[in-house]
Amino acid sequence: MADVAFDPALARDAATIESPARRALRRLVRRKGALIGLAIIVLFVAVAVLAPLIAPYDPAAQGWTSVRKPPSWLHWFGTDEVGRDILARVIFGARASLLAGVISVCIALGIGVPLGLTAGYLGGFVDALLSRLTDAMLACPYLILAIALAAFLGPSLGDAMIAIGVATTPVFLRLTRGQVMAVKVEDYVEAARAVGNPRWRIALVHILPNILPPLAVQASLSIAAAIIAEASLSFLGLGQQPPDPSWGSMLNAAQRFLSNAPWMALWPGLAIFLTVMSFNLLGDGLRDALDPRER
Amino acid sequence: MLTFLGNRFLQLIPTLFFVSVMIFLLQHLLPGDPALAMAGEERDPAVIAQIRAQYHLDQPLPQQYVAWIGGVLHGNFGESIRMKESVRDLVLEKLPVTAQLAVMAMIFAVAIGLTTGVLAAVKKDSMWDYAAGVLALWGRSTPTFWLGIMLIVLFAVKLDWLPASGYVSPFENFWRSIASTIMPAFVLGNASAAILMRHTRSAMLDALNSDYVRTARAKGLTERSVILKHAMRNALTPVITLGALQLGEFLSGAVLTEQIFSIPGFGKLIVDAVFNRDYAVVQGVVLVTATVYILLNLIADVLYVVVNPRLRA
Repeated sequence: MADVAFDPALARDAATIESPARRALRRLVRRKGALIGLAIIVLFVAVAVLAPLIAPYDPAAQGWTSVRKPPSWLHWFGTDEVGRDILARVIFGARASLLAGVISVCIALGIGVPLGLTAGYLGGFVDALLSRLTDAMLACPYLILAIALAAFLGPSLGDAMIAIGVATTPVFLRLTRGQVMAVKVEDYVEAARAVGNPRWRIALVHILPNILPPLAVQASLSIAAAIIAEASLSFLGLGQQPPDPSWGSMLNAAQRFLSNAPWMALWPGLAIFLTVMSFNLLGDGLRDALDPRER
Repeated sequence: MLTFLGNRFLQLIPTLFFVSVMIFLLQHLLPGDPALAMAGEERDPAVIAQIRAQYHLDQPLPQQYVAWIGGVLHGNFGESIRMKESVRDLVLEKLPVTAQLAVMAMIFAVAIGLTTGVLAAVKKDSMWDYAAGVLALWGRSTPTFWLGIMLIVLFAVKLDWLPASGYVSPFENFWRSIASTIMPAFVLGNASAAILMRHTRSAMLDALNSDYVRTARAKGLTERSVILKHAMRNALTPVITLGALQLGEFLSGAVLTEQIFSIPGFGKLIVDAVFNRDYAVVQGVVLVTATVYILLNLIADVLYVVVNPRLRA
C-alpha cells in the first residue's frame, strides 16, 4: 500500500477552494446589470416599507380644488381625477405590486416545488398524473388562466395573488421535476440511499439544496412576470380595489383622462417598468452567475 | 415523419382531456350554487331551474362533465347569459378580429426581432449589440397596457395621426382597418420582438462560430453571402418554431391590448364575460384559447422537424 504523503501545497489549495455560493456571489457582483437591478429593488422595497413616513400626502385624501393638476412643486407627480397626490399613490402602490409579486411566487413555490420533488423522485403513476396536469395548465396562456381564476375567485388583491400564484405553479413544478430527475442519479444521492436514509430525507436534505440555484433564477424572473400580471389584473379591475392604490388600477383610471391629464398614466407605468426591469436584470445576472459553464 | 406526427397527435388527447376537466371545474370554485351565479341578477326561480336543467347541475359532477364535454365535442359551448347568443357564434365572430391583430403583431415582431437579432450577432460587442440588448430588456419589461396608453397619448392625442380606439374591418375599408390596428398590433408584438431578438442573436452566434460558416468563408464567399445564405438559414430553424409559440401568446396579450384600444375581439370578449359573470363564455373562451395554444405547439414541433432534415430520419 502506497504511503500518502502530506502535501502542504495541496492543503493550501483545499483551504482556498471557494464554496459554490461564494463563487456565485463573486460572479454576481461583477455583473453591473444585476447590481443595478438589485439596487432598484432595494430602493422600491424601502419605499414600500417606509411609505407612511415618506409619502408627502395621504394617498386617499381627495382635494376638490386640486383635481387633475399637472406636476408642480406642491404635487411632484401631479394629481388624479379626484385630486389625490399621484406621488403618494405611487409610493403606496409599491406595496401592492411588490407584495403581489413575492406572495404569488411564494404560493407557486409552495405548491410547485413539493409536487415537483414528489413527481421527479417517485416517478411512475404520480409523475405521469402530475406531468399531464402541468401540461394542461401550461396549455392555457398564463394571463388568460389568471383572469379566469380571478373571475371565479372574485376581484380583490388577495384573490389576484392566489390566481397568479396558481397560474405560475406549473412552471416551478416542471422545473423542479426536471432538476430532481437529473440530480437523483448522482453518486451522492445513491450514497445517501445506500446508508438507509428515508425517501423524504433524501429529497429534502440531499436533493433540494442542490436544485435551489435554478429555482432562485426562475423565482426572480417569475416575480417580474407576477408584478406585470398583478398590474394587468388591477388594470382590468380584477386586482386591488379602489380606493386602495395599485399601479395597475391607477393606469386604469388614467385611461379616461389621456387628453387632459397624461401624467396620471406616466408615473405608475414607469414604476411598473422599473420594478419589472430590475427583477429581469437580477434574474439574468443570477442565471449567468450560477451557470457552471461560466468560469 | 408520419409516426412522429401520429405520436405527437396522440399526446394531445390526454392534455386536452385535463384542460377540459380543469376548465369545467373552474365553475365549481365558486362558493354556493353555480346556477345562482350563472343566473346573475336574474332571481326568478323558473330561470334558475331552467339553468340547472340546461347545464345538468342537478346531477353528480362526472355526469355534468360528460354532458358538458359531449356538447363541446358537438360544437355546443353553451349560451351566453347576457348576450343570449351561443358561445360558439360569439367566438367565431370575435376570433377573426384577434387573428388579424395577431398576424400584424407577428409581422412587427419578426421584422424587429430578426433584424436586430442578426445585427447584434454580426456586430457582437459593438454599439449595435448593446442597443439591441437594451431594446430586448425594454420589450420584456414594458407592461403592454402602459405602452398602449403612452402610444395613444403620443399618436392619437398629441399628433392626431391615428385613431385612439375602435376597429374597422379590412373588408369594409382596408386602409382605415390598418390605421385602427397598427398601434395595437405594435403593442402586442413588442414583447415577442424582444424574445425573438434574443433567440435570433444566440442562434446566429452559434451558427457564425460553426465549421460550415468557417468553410464558407474559407471558400472566399462574400460576408453577405455567408451571413444570408449559410448562417441565417440554419439559425432561423429554432426561431421559426418560437414564432409559432409566440402566436399563441398573442391570444393572452390580446386581452389587454383589445381592452385599451376598444377592439371587439376575443380578448375583449373574455373580459366583458368576466365582468358580466357570464361563465359559459369564460369557459368557452378559455377552452378555445387552450386548444389553439396546444395546436400551435404541435405546429411548432412539426415545423421544427420539417425545417430540420436531420430530425426526419
